[in-house]
Amino acid sequence: MVLDVLWFAWLRERVGEGRERVETEAATVAALVEELRLRSPAHALALSDLRSVRAALDRRLVAMDAPLGQAREVAFFPPMTGG
Amino acid sequence: MSAPPQAVRVQAGAFDPGAELSAFGCPAGAGAVASFVGHVRGDGPLEIEHFPGMAEEALGAAVRDATRRWGLLGCAVVHRHGPLAPGEPIVMVIAAAPHRRAAFEAAEWLMDCLKSRAPFWKREGGAWVEAREEDERALARWD
Repeated sequence: MVLDVLWFAWLRERVGEGRERVETEAATVAALVEELRLRSPAHALALSDLRSVRAALDRRLVAMDAPLGQAREVAFFPPMTGG
Repeated sequence: MSAPPQAVRVQAGAFDPGAELSAFGCPAGAGAVASFVGHVRGDGPLEIEHFPGMAEEALGAAVRDATRRWGLLGCAVVHRHGPLAPGEPIVMVIAAAPHRRAAFEAAEWLMDCLKSRAPFWKREGGAWVEAREEDERALARWD
């Protein structure tokens, strides 16, 4: 399937893109992360420590073991610091 | 019965907390309106990045959850993004309830919730602000 992968804050800066289109057969967010790490050294660096990475599927926060299901968009970002 | 008034705004422009509170007014049946305003601290400029769409949805979900949990008669959140100057308001929450305890608690919970659950990221002096564990604990204490 084809997914839009979105990057925010320092993950966006490390990857060098805010959005990219990815072809994947990954079943879960974690499996997608494994694939994304292979795309470039910048991706590998951005995703090197998942303790400081959060994921959202179609704008809903999910755990890394969440199934991708029919999601069309996956966003990766650091823990939020609003307010 | 109509649903309690709920409003969420995410905007780049400045807002006037006094005008927000006046416009919110006092919903019918409410005896208490609690509000909180967060301002830019320190002397350096602040920049806030957000996830358009998800930010509004996350704040909207928090407002609905607070309304259900505390029986609010009205609830509003305004949150800015983009560059902000020292002293400027960043965020405002307003909660109306029949009595003060629910209004106070809901406003405090909304702040705890949006700090850890709404997709905003602060950058101060070129460095990304790190999330604090105490913010996660602040939210967990309501469970």
